[in-house]
Amino acid sequence: MSSLFSQDVPLSWYLLLSAVLFALGVLGFLIKRNLITVFMSIELMLNAVNLSFVTFAHQWHAVKGQIFVFFVMMVAAAEAAVGLAIIIAVFRARATLAVDRIDLMKL
Amino acid sequence: MNGSNFYLWFIPALPLAGFVLNGLLGRRLPKALVTAIALLAPLGSFLAVLNAGFLEFLHTNPQIMIPLTIHLNGHDVLLRPAANPYSYVETFGTWINVGTLHIDFSFVLDQLSLIMLLVITGVGFLIHIYSVGYMAHDKGYARYFSYLNLFLFFMTVLVLAGNALLMFVGWEGVGLASYLLIGFWFNKPSAAEAGKKAFIVNRIGDVGFLIAMFYLLLNFGTLTFSEIATKLGQDPGWTGGVVTVICLCLLLGATGKSAQLPLYIWLPDAMEGPTPVSALIHAATMVTAGVYMIARNHVLFDHSPFALNTVAIIGAATALFAATIALVQTDIKRVLAYSTISQLGYMFLGCGVAAYSAAVFHLMTHAFFKALLFLAAGSVIHAMGDEQDMRKMGGLRKKLPVTFWTMTAGVIAIAGIYPFAGFFSKDAILYSAFQQGSLGKALWFVGLLTALLTSFYMFRLWYLTFFGESRSPEVHPHESPWSMLGPLVILALLSITGGWIGMDRFGSFLGSVTGGTIDPATAAGGKTLDLALSGVAVAVALIGWYIAYAFYSQKPQRPAELAAALPSGYKLLSNKYYVDEFYGATVVKPLLAFSTYFLGWVVDKAILGGLAWLLGGISLFSGALLQRWQSGNIRSYAAWLAAGAAALLLFVVVPWSFVLSRLGIHLNWAGR
Repeated sequence: MSSLFSQDVPLSWYLLLSAVLFALGVLGFLIKRNLITVFMSIELMLNAVNLSFVTFAHQWHAVKGQIFVFFVMMVAAAEAAVGLAIIIAVFRARATLAVDRIDLMKL
Repeated sequence: MNGSNFYLWFIPALPLAGFVLNGLLGRRLPKALVTAIALLAPLGSFLAVLNAGFLEFLHTNPQIMIPLTIHLNGHDVLLRPAANPYSYVETFGTWINVGTLHIDFSFVLDQLSLIMLLVITGVGFLIHIYSVGYMAHDKGYARYFSYLNLFLFFMTVLVLAGNALLMFVGWEGVGLASYLLIGFWFNKPSAAEAGKKAFIVNRIGDVGFLIAMFYLLLNFGTLTFSEIATKLGQDPGWTGGVVTVICLCLLLGATGKSAQLPLYIWLPDAMEGPTPVSALIHAATMVTAGVYMIARNHVLFDHSPFALNTVAIIGAATALFAATIALVQTDIKRVLAYSTISQLGYMFLGCGVAAYSAAVFHLMTHAFFKALLFLAAGSVIHAMGDEQDMRKMGGLRKKLPVTFWTMTAGVIAIAGIYPFAGFFSKDAILYSAFQQGSLGKALWFVGLLTALLTSFYMFRLWYLTFFGESRSPEVHPHESPWSMLGPLVILALLSITGGWIGMDRFGSFLGSVTGGTIDPATAAGGKTLDLALSGVAVAVALIGWYIAYAFYSQKPQRPAELAAALPSGYKLLSNKYYVDEFYGATVVKPLLAFSTYFLGWVVDKAILGGLAWLLGGISLFSGALLQRWQSGNIRSYAAWLAAGAAALLLFVVVPWSFVLSRLGIHLNWAGR
């Protein structure tokens, strides 16, 4: 464990990486048009958060943070299953995945 | 009473249960069950009254009926003694307990409330029976009985109440029941209007009652009748001043409820309701609430001679005033309505000369004969196919024999002819008035004149309705069913015998509550004066009868001739002195104009409307600006979300005070 998070790499670097990944996810969510890409951006944000969880868990020697990561992963997996199903249904109905054009609640 | 429980709450609770059952489920229940519920409620109530009062009462006070004689401060006038002071209080809980103000849910049973309860539940039960026949074919059968039971509930609460506030609950409640029943046939605009009129006019009186309660609280710190009486008794300094104000305010309330000058105008219109309702509420019970209230608060009135004189003068004036209007009315129910107002005037006159027990005596006999007269009139109206105009009746004596004979008993009773019930009570009031100095003699004369008029217009009604030839030959009247005639017969018997108990015994029975009564045997003038006054009263009544006979039986064209000879007088009377028009012009119209122009246009439309318009405009304008945010584009929302999160983060993370101090700005957080 200690070899993985060696003291040479400071805590802030991990957090910075996490922040950058999160910002990229937000940016992708905001500017991408393809529904699948938007979806992937959300996954990116979740994993950015996971990274910071793990970082803090290591820092404070608390196992809670790692448990949270498993929860997030589980929810992300469920979300992926449901989300992809919705995306397929949307595609079948509309023949498009451009988010701008999916603006009606009714399929 | 120590230890014993009279279950007083049964008395109002049973009609309340009847109201709830018939009011909620009546339309779905079979008619027989509705009838059973409606009749059992007042019957149970009546039995509860009998149980609570009469039996226990006489059992614990066997000496109550025996009059004794005591001296009063060496006066010439000896008073009949009071029976044992008897006041049984049942308290069910605390209603209001704030600071020094303590008001209980408490019922009081004493001689006064017992007599009232017997009249209310007894006559009420008879009228319920009558209603079964009278309302048999009405669509609102269950609704009618639920209202009638509701009325009994509130009326018994009013009478049993141990404090003014609880009495006020009953007072308002009977007003509500009265409103509902006057407007029972609400499809008829005149009935709906009459209901409103009764409610609003009563409201004016209620303001008086309320103000009186505020003054009572302010000066006595309690609304419990017995405590007020005790405090008044402890300090003889309570005379005039504030007591007069309280009494006059109470009197205003009483004039509203009991249809006295100047607030009597609602009662004639209240005849729009079903006839049994007129009998129960607008003749026998509710309208006597004002008399009861004055008798209940008589200790206050005794401390204010001015207020007492006002009561007496209002009573006498109303008695005469209403009697003159009744002379020319042609609607059978309106004649009875004005006669009710007139008889209530007698009761007020009785209260005003401090003869409270005489007033309550008249209240009781009046309840018998006036309920009888109304129910008999209802039977006539029923037989004539809902015709109320006496000019179209006539000759009904043979066709409606039971109605005729019972009504005859009622007419003779109200005319005050010996030995019918009205004679005893009216005589007692007139006698008491005569004993009260020169003002009393004047009032006695007014009362006597009223007796003449009463006798005249009642026999006029009698002749017009039952004698001569039928003036509507196309109608074939038929006698009413026995459910209607039964109550008539019982009430007729009561109208004949109701006075035989005599003022002496009645007065000594009530004495402990309402104060002693004058004993003719020892008062100025002695028995002779009493007999002489009685003789005059009976003579006057017989003269009234004779005039009615001369006018309406002997020569039926005479009334028309007289009316033609005195056109202005006839017009004044048949238009009821233009009082409605006068109130319309002086009160209603200005109020309406004030409401329409000032309240309606200035306050409502200009000020409130303008404000609402301004607020609406601001909302519309800001909405138009803000709606651009609501683009419907989800990603723009997400962008705002992200921007907001970023801004929050910035706020939390950046050490602002440090940054600002570097910039030369020093924040002062609450003096830190």
